[in-house]
Amino acid sequence: MSDERVFMKGNHAACEGAYRAGCKGYFGYPITPQNEVTEYMSAHIWEHGGTFIQSESEVAAINMVMGASATGTRAMTSSSSPGISLKQEGLSYIAMMELPMVVMNVVRCGPGLGNIAPHQGDYFQATKGGGHGDYRLITLAPNSVQEMAQFVYDAFNLADKWRNPAMVLTDGTIGQMMEPVDYTTMPWMDPPDKSEWQLDEFQEGRERHVLTSIWLDPADMAVAHEKLIEKYERLKREEVRYTEYLTDDAEVLVVAIGSPSRVTHSAIRILRQEGLKVGLLRPITVWPFPYSAIREYADSKHVKAILVAEMNWGQMVEDVKLSVLGKKPLHFVPKHGGLTFTPEDLTEPIREILKNPESPNTLWHVS
Amino acid sequence: MDVVTIEGNEYKVVAQRPKSLTDKPFTYCPGCNHGTTHKIIAEVIDELGIQHRCIGIASVGCSVFSYEFFDFDFISVPHGRALAVATGAKRMRPNSVLMTYQGDGDLAAIGIAETIHACNRGERVTCIFVNNAIYGMTGGQMAPTTLLGMKTTTSPLGRDAKRIGWPIKMSEMLAPLPGAAYIARVSMHDAKHILKAKAAIKKAFRAQLEDKGFSMVEVLSNCNVNWHVTPQEGVKFVEEHMTKNFPLGVYKDVWEDEKAAKQTDKEKG
Amino acid sequence: MLLEEYIFAGFGGQGIMTIGQIIAYAGMLQDFYTAWIPSYGPESRGGTANCNVVISDEIIGSPHTHHPNGVIVMNAPSFDKFEPMMASGGVLVVNTNLSPKRSERDDLSVVYIPTADIAMEIGHPVLASVTALGAFAAARGVFDDAHVEKGIDWALPARHKDMLEMNIKAYQEGKKAAEAQLKTATK
Repeated sequence: MSDERVFMKGNHAACEGAYRAGCKGYFGYPITPQNEVTEYMSAHIWEHGGTFIQSESEVAAINMVMGASATGTRAMTSSSSPGISLKQEGLSYIAMMELPMVVMNVVRCGPGLGNIAPHQGDYFQATKGGGHGDYRLITLAPNSVQEMAQFVYDAFNLADKWRNPAMVLTDGTIGQMMEPVDYTTMPWMDPPDKSEWQLDEFQEGRERHVLTSIWLDPADMAVAHEKLIEKYERLKREEVRYTEYLTDDAEVLVVAIGSPSRVTHSAIRILRQEGLKVGLLRPITVWPFPYSAIREYADSKHVKAILVAEMNWGQMVEDVKLSVLGKKPLHFVPKHGGLTFTPEDLTEPIREILKNPESPNTLWHVS
Repeated sequence: MDVVTIEGNEYKVVAQRPKSLTDKPFTYCPGCNHGTTHKIIAEVIDELGIQHRCIGIASVGCSVFSYEFFDFDFISVPHGRALAVATGAKRMRPNSVLMTYQGDGDLAAIGIAETIHACNRGERVTCIFVNNAIYGMTGGQMAPTTLLGMKTTTSPLGRDAKRIGWPIKMSEMLAPLPGAAYIARVSMHDAKHILKAKAAIKKAFRAQLEDKGFSMVEVLSNCNVNWHVTPQEGVKFVEEHMTKNFPLGVYKDVWEDEKAAKQTDKEKG
Repeated sequence: MLLEEYIFAGFGGQGIMTIGQIIAYAGMLQDFYTAWIPSYGPESRGGTANCNVVISDEIIGSPHTHHPNGVIVMNAPSFDKFEPMMASGGVLVVNTNLSPKRSERDDLSVVYIPTADIAMEIGHPVLASVTALGAFAAARGVFDDAHVEKGIDWALPARHKDMLEMNIKAYQEGKKAAEAQLKTATK
């Protein structure tokens, strides 16, 4: 291990990832458990030639990012669940105008005010569009402090590569925890040139640039939207990312993201010591989702059942169901209210499933 | 003065479309003041020589298509959020010139938080606020600036203060905020007032160019279609009723304040 | 396999969060995987606060621990809450200035340290938590002093660097106090 490592909070590391990606604008509003992002940005973004505004609301913050991004600058905002709901309006416009930007959601428990404990109840709003209209965000799900930095950095690059908003979807545990981070995989960079479309003060001698999301004529709107959908199809083919842990011979395949994926890791180690064959597939991109990777396991001879563990009442499990297509029994273990998983929460049902893959206790029924 | 040659004959140009407008004919209703307001803004931008540095923010309402008529970079943004978008853009590109073009529903109802805070932060942006006391685009509903007694599709018996409050006075509200550099209310009901409006808009842009702070010009306008009157009756209503409820004048002038402060210093010796 | 799971608990402002970070940092310098996480709820704003630390030679799963094998309690409510949760064979440091109870468990190694008294002798009440950390390090025996001392330096903000020597003294005094007790216990 190198001396490059620093010991940091996830929320702080996310800021460092952003600085290294050349982020020059941060606009945000305080909300627990992501306050450290806003605080750290307010203290340090100036050192990197950037600007910080504590906005009057999350609504204003996302629109400030829209303005900053429209000028060709790398900019971001962050919040936690209730605040992300408020940003959905802006994200819809940003998606249709194809503005690259990054938004981070350090998810807490909902609905409503809920509480400030870690949760994964925002999976749907992160991966299915979230706001009005038919659009998608590129969504990355870190499960460590290292990945908080790396995925914010990657999100900026993906956002610019595809001219699409990108979300970093994490939870209170990952945002609040401290771990060593090594930044050598995140070299300082300048954002790519966007003079083709950006709004700026250099309009002499060029056509004006217009960014809009309105096409009153349905035929025109259909064409504009089709362009977006074609981009999403290419994204689905080219950008799916996931990691695997001990899946080659797994009889039970666990699918989990964020902090539950870490607990799954511990549970698998315990079960492997007992000689039980369990593996983890962890989506890195939850949109685009690794449907075919999971489908291959569902098709495989060694996998007897698939289990999804989420800190909610069942959201990603629906995507896994679309992957499995009924080929293998699908189980679901929830954790809710802001409580966090222990390895025992997973080892017990997995032992049961290995005895009886159709075990009714955790079987995920969708009529 | 420009000269054009047509069929071998030279002609002096005495009037022409401002450079800062595109060739697209206005699509606004006959008698609406949006067209004239666009024209005087474009003239000001031409005169200040800032066309190629201007970034416009189109809001939601009839002004949603303003980006089609101004010939510089533009973005059309969600309802009420123009000043937040302008803030983000201006902070990233301080050398650009930011203009928002907003109606009364956009600025004074759904976007009032963004408006107040952009002003209070002293954002170096210029806001053109067109107040015609009604929602035009959606078909004549009540606006926050609808006058008492005025009938709209959502106040069919006339606006009643007891039930829905009073017409909101944005210029008066914003002027006391320290971030405001120039706040004025003007009217478009006759040529004399249109010239005054143009002078105010020029000052508003100057406030931005001279880094003084936030500037807004509230433009009293008519909506004869949704008011269900003729264009002539519309401007007459602006002159007789709108200006009574929304008094014209300069509510904040940073240069006057600076002069006064200097004067006080002198007197103090 | 090394799997150290700690909970450090006390009143907000006692330096609980910081000593957790120091020990996690020391773990990192010793090339272990380390993770620290605070209780970040409303209770952390002035009430009883705690942090979890996990140190391991394998990738860390949850940073939360439910059966810690190392606990520092700086006040009585923390004793009541965390002493019963501890894994057998664990190390418990009790700040006797604010937590008068004795543990009745015979499967723990417990040291009782008047951390506030020691801190005041050295010169500042804020040193109580580092004193407790010294006692903990002595009782747990996983960390090199050099690494913990580097951790103390790392955790001290620039404006308090003049406190570095006092902090290291407090750490050493805490260690000594624990070592004396452990010696007596083994006799």
